[in-house]
Amino acid sequence: MAGIIALTMPKFGLAMTEGKVASWTIPEGAMVEVGQEIADIETTKITNGYESPIKGMLRRHVAAEQQELPVGALIAVIADASVPDSDIDAFIVAFEAEFASGHTQEQAEAVPEPLSVDVDGRAIRYLENGREHAGRPIVLIHGFGGDLNNWMFTQPGLAEDHWVIALDLPGHGGSSKDVGAGDLAALSAVVAGLLTTLDIPQAHLVGHSLGGAVALRMALDTPDRVASLSLISPASFGDEIDGSFITGFIAAGRRKELQPVLQKLFKNKSLVSRDMADDLLKYKRLDGVAAALGTVAAANFANGRQQEILHGRLAELSGLPVQIIWGDADEIIPVGHVKNLPAGIVMHVLADAGHMPQMEKAAEVNRLIADLVATGGARS
Amino acid sequence: MSKKSYRAAINEALRQEMRRDPTIVLMGEDIAGGAGAPGEQDAWGGVLGVTKGLLGEFGRERIIDTPLSESAYIGAAAGAAATGLRPVAELMFVDFVGVCFDQIFNQAAKFRYMFGGNARTPLVIRAMYGAGFRAASQHSQCLYPLFTHIPGLKVVLPSSAYEAKGLLIQSIRDDDPVIFLENKVQYDEVEEVPDEAYTIPFGEANLTREGRDVTIVAFGRMVKIANEAADRLEKQGISCTVLDPRTVSPLDTNTILECVEETGRLVIIDEASPRCNMATDVSALVAQEAFGALKAPIRMVCPPHVPVPFAPNLEDLYVPNADRVEAAVRAVMGFKAKELA
Repeated sequence: MAGIIALTMPKFGLAMTEGKVASWTIPEGAMVEVGQEIADIETTKITNGYESPIKGMLRRHVAAEQQELPVGALIAVIADASVPDSDIDAFIVAFEAEFASGHTQEQAEAVPEPLSVDVDGRAIRYLENGREHAGRPIVLIHGFGGDLNNWMFTQPGLAEDHWVIALDLPGHGGSSKDVGAGDLAALSAVVAGLLTTLDIPQAHLVGHSLGGAVALRMALDTPDRVASLSLISPASFGDEIDGSFITGFIAAGRRKELQPVLQKLFKNKSLVSRDMADDLLKYKRLDGVAAALGTVAAANFANGRQQEILHGRLAELSGLPVQIIWGDADEIIPVGHVKNLPAGIVMHVLADAGHMPQMEKAAEVNRLIADLVATGGARS
Repeated sequence: MSKKSYRAAINEALRQEMRRDPTIVLMGEDIAGGAGAPGEQDAWGGVLGVTKGLLGEFGRERIIDTPLSESAYIGAAAGAAATGLRPVAELMFVDFVGVCFDQIFNQAAKFRYMFGGNARTPLVIRAMYGAGFRAASQHSQCLYPLFTHIPGLKVVLPSSAYEAKGLLIQSIRDDDPVIFLENKVQYDEVEEVPDEAYTIPFGEANLTREGRDVTIVAFGRMVKIANEAADRLEKQGISCTVLDPRTVSPLDTNTILECVEETGRLVIIDEASPRCNMATDVSALVAQEAFGALKAPIRMVCPPHVPVPFAPNLEDLYVPNADRVEAAVRAVMGFKAKELA
């Protein structure tokens, strides 16, 4: 049954085992383009748009709206209009029989697990995929209070064509809670140290928020190691920041205190689920996290102002492909304070996105990163 | 992060804290492997294997097998706590507490107060509770209401593996006597538990789900049963909040009252004998503080007031289950006040 394409339940993040189609945005029988959003997929943690991986006619919604399905289960079928309905029916029956037998299920579960490596005396956790692709890796650096799961929509998409590594900064996720001075110099030295440990001379850096400032600082300190810079809602472009986010994040000990703080991160407040808050509370309860967050906050955001402004040093990056990506509804770091960018640095402002455009506008962000990586490939 | 059993989570908490703090010692019957016995050491790790593997790392100075005398070693642990160590004593079955009431209720619980605030007693007593283990009435009681009754004791009821590790580390670091009760039916239940040490504060209830219609307060193992019932009720269009108090002393009364004020209906599920248990305590709290918010009478799902039966079919009838919780929730949803004449 050539020409029939199975669309399956995607896996968003390490912990996702099942999800449901919250709603179909494209009806049966309609033509879809590559990258066109065709459904909203809901998990206990988050809801995200599902994009068609292929151009064609959306012949069948296999998943009913609100039906819980395991990762890898068939949700829809794309095929040319000429394929008879009976072939589609047979395809669905065959796929589901094979899936039920556990064969494809095992494939869906064969996703990489995070690894931990010693970097200059600190355990650093990272998740690597797409290792089979040639070229320099893309390294994803999260922001304050985040971890590698912040890239749950970024990493799988980019890994289809690229080697991608997401790490947990010190004090965050599954990495050592020893942050040293906790400033940009200390954090960027750890990122550089991880690349050295993994025997990676040069990488494309993608940094979000504080992680953006870390990436920028690394490009300034060790320009030879950076092939391109994609900075998403980055810190260090001005001194403004919503200090109440930082203090609120540190202080919150209960879900109902943390949820309103997390809602500041998103334009669409309903993305902040109970599970998202619970996971962060579990992280905040780990030994050493309170001290680590306090040190990082004091070093970078004392008194509700950003402490290290690198904006004036952008000209030093001449020749390096650099782009900046920002949500127009960012409540944490205002997009408006980015002014006077040197020629050659492109600023992309995405509509209807808050401080986490890589989650709210994942497809656009992935495309922008892939495009810049393609241009940065020429650098050596 | 990896999947760990309730048993493994407790073992890991003990191991990590003992590495951190050399003043922590474990005491109990067969927790090492049988004092003085020749042959294999560390064969038991306690009657259900919770402390297995610790002897090899920490040795007999810190993993102390005691004589079969709760009166002696619980008293010794209280004294050691008052004089500089941080003992974790394993009482095995909580049903055995009868022979060391004085050591716990009259001594350990009172030191801070009797010595004008100058004494601290960082003692943890671990014990197993609960029915469903086919262990008969002298090894199946809940008894946490007894400890809750005594000022000066903190009483902890972990409902899952994640909760057990974080609450045990918190218990060990606490400077007052803590009664840490493990449901023996749950030892093999598995969930994601962080590899690193972490703490869960006392007196902060956990809402495992939030709903509009009914608040279900559940203790220890009953949290799982309450969630099972709530899953079924959800499909029938009834949405429940399930509240796990985590600690019954201190008790997070604010969160209980807030939830009841939001839903207007309360069902309490408690595996302890029905007279003077946590269900009656929470009922009294809500009746006094939130009566105006109630749309229906409070319902309690508890066992009958009899010793836990040894006959398996009777024991299964004894322990509260999801069917009974579901029926209680449906009853409070269906309640109609009598029309005024």
